[in-house]
Amino acid sequence: MANIMIRQAEHGGLSFYLPKRDLEASIESIEFDTPEKWGGELKLDNGGAYYIEPIARPPRLPISLRARRLGAAED
Amino acid sequence: MAVLTRDETDALIAEVLEVYPEKAKKDRAKHLAVNDQSVEQSKKCITSNRKSLPGVMTIRGCAYAGSKGVVWGPIKDMIHISHGPVGCGQYSRAGRRNYYVGTTGVDSFGTMNFTSDFQEKDIVFGGDKKLAKLIEEIEGLFPLNKGISVQSECPIGLIGDDIEAVSKKASASFDKPVVPVRCEGFRGVSQSLGHHIANDAIRDWVLDKRDGQPHESTPYDVAIIGDYNIGGDAWATRILLEEMGLRVVAQWSGDGTLAEMMNTPKVKLNLLHCYRSMNYISRHMEEKYGIPYMEYNFFGPTKIIESLRKIAAFFDDSIKEKCEQVIARYQPMMDEIIAKYRPRLEGKKVMLYVGGLRPRHVIGAYEDLGMEVIGTGYEFGHNDDYDRTIKEMGDATLLYDDVTGFELEEFVKRLKPDMVGSGIKEKYIFQKMGIPLRQMHSWDYSGPYHGYDGFAIFARDMDIALANPVWHNMTPPWKKTSDAENEAIAA
Ligand code: SF4
Repeated sequence: MANIMIRQAEHGGLSFYLPKRDLEASIESIEFDTPEKWGGELKLDNGGAYYIEPIARPPRLPISLRARRLGAAED
Repeated sequence: MAVLTRDETDALIAEVLEVYPEKAKKDRAKHLAVNDQSVEQSKKCITSNRKSLPGVMTIRGCAYAGSKGVVWGPIKDMIHISHGPVGCGQYSRAGRRNYYVGTTGVDSFGTMNFTSDFQEKDIVFGGDKKLAKLIEEIEGLFPLNKGISVQSECPIGLIGDDIEAVSKKASASFDKPVVPVRCEGFRGVSQSLGHHIANDAIRDWVLDKRDGQPHESTPYDVAIIGDYNIGGDAWATRILLEEMGLRVVAQWSGDGTLAEMMNTPKVKLNLLHCYRSMNYISRHMEEKYGIPYMEYNFFGPTKIIESLRKIAAFFDDSIKEKCEQVIARYQPMMDEIIAKYRPRLEGKKVMLYVGGLRPRHVIGAYEDLGMEVIGTGYEFGHNDDYDRTIKEMGDATLLYDDVTGFELEEFVKRLKPDMVGSGIKEKYIFQKMGIPLRQMHSWDYSGPYHGYDGFAIFARDMDIALANPVWHNMTPPWKKTSDAENEAIAA
């Protein structure tokens, strides 16, 4: 599990940030994206994928969350 | 237009790498790339933020340099102790030209060096007692300091001193912030991790100290983040923002103070110049205090205008209006400068190799003068820096990450730029090769380069460097006569 931060990207969409490795990537898809259920699997544009426990859609971004890496480490 | 085509540049990279052993070649190849503007993600073409190869000449610094030298050092009213042996602090003392106002040694301490000067016995028996005593002495000798930071050098981590405990105790007894920073030089691959550690220390020990306290704010409060006031840069920036009607509450960290840092969470917008060294704290403030941050670029009129408008867009019409007035007011001055220097500099080619934000931020300023950047690279950049660079650079130009002394020299020999922008370690190598070099870390003891005022100086400096008559005298007179033919062949 790693701490990650999700923020609103400047030109729309969401961006993903992993402080531990200073990794910034944009989120290509998010599994659940409704007001009640938000999260699940995040696919990143760098080929990586992470999983966050679905929660109610946060009222404000950025938000720090715990995430689990799916698949091998990307760089 | 780049000097070489894509294939030629690829061939050049392959040729330069030829001298390395197999393994080193494979590793270095990942750090060199030909720019392709169509690539969205830099990681597809260039690898960065990796350990340098042992045995090559790299110009990176250490985490301590990133924390003490860059982020914390310029906070002028605090005393930054270089905790450990004397050298790390002494050899880097006052090297970054972070200008400040204040009386050094009384209420400001920017150019001074404080160190615990570790000796063998401190390594063997631990240095915590020494640190406690040192802080006490500082309090006696420099009572006007507003706080102290303890910047760890390598041995502190190695011997496992508990600087946090000492700091907490000292902080309680003097009722002043004493900030332990775990920025031992061996952490991470370059100074970059030092920036991160320093940002985290600010977050944990400084930023929330005034939360909940009343603060007279205006809707136009902003903070300048990641401007180190090299040669007065932050001042040249601040003037423009103030003319626009904004109130600059804090400057991080050039000419900055502890109080300014503590007040930053009350601003409406964080203006982030050096993304690499201060994005961490900006992200934190965005999440915790809901303060948006915006990256801007104050090098050269094109980028300044773009950035000013982008900043103004965060505020109401009165600011937008004043922003246009500012732009209009400075336009004639810019036109004059460009009319004067552009004809002299047009078409000249530049190669850059610096750190932080400059490998991409200064490109616009050169282009305003009609010059072209044909190669650029970061000492300690990450993927996100290269992401931002690809679009700024021309197609088929050269990108090099953590370039080695050998590679840079070979690239310059082959690409033959009219000028190189790098640091003091490169300066004399290239100047002896007959290529003018401007130091783009320290502005070659000139500056400021930010803002409209800075552009005037930037343009003049570039012209001075290129027009120096010495470049016509690279061949000694006795060789000119007898070896004129050989010269012609060699050239
Ligand atoms: S690497 Fe260690 S010893 Fe060297 S300058 Fe940095 S802190 Fe000092």
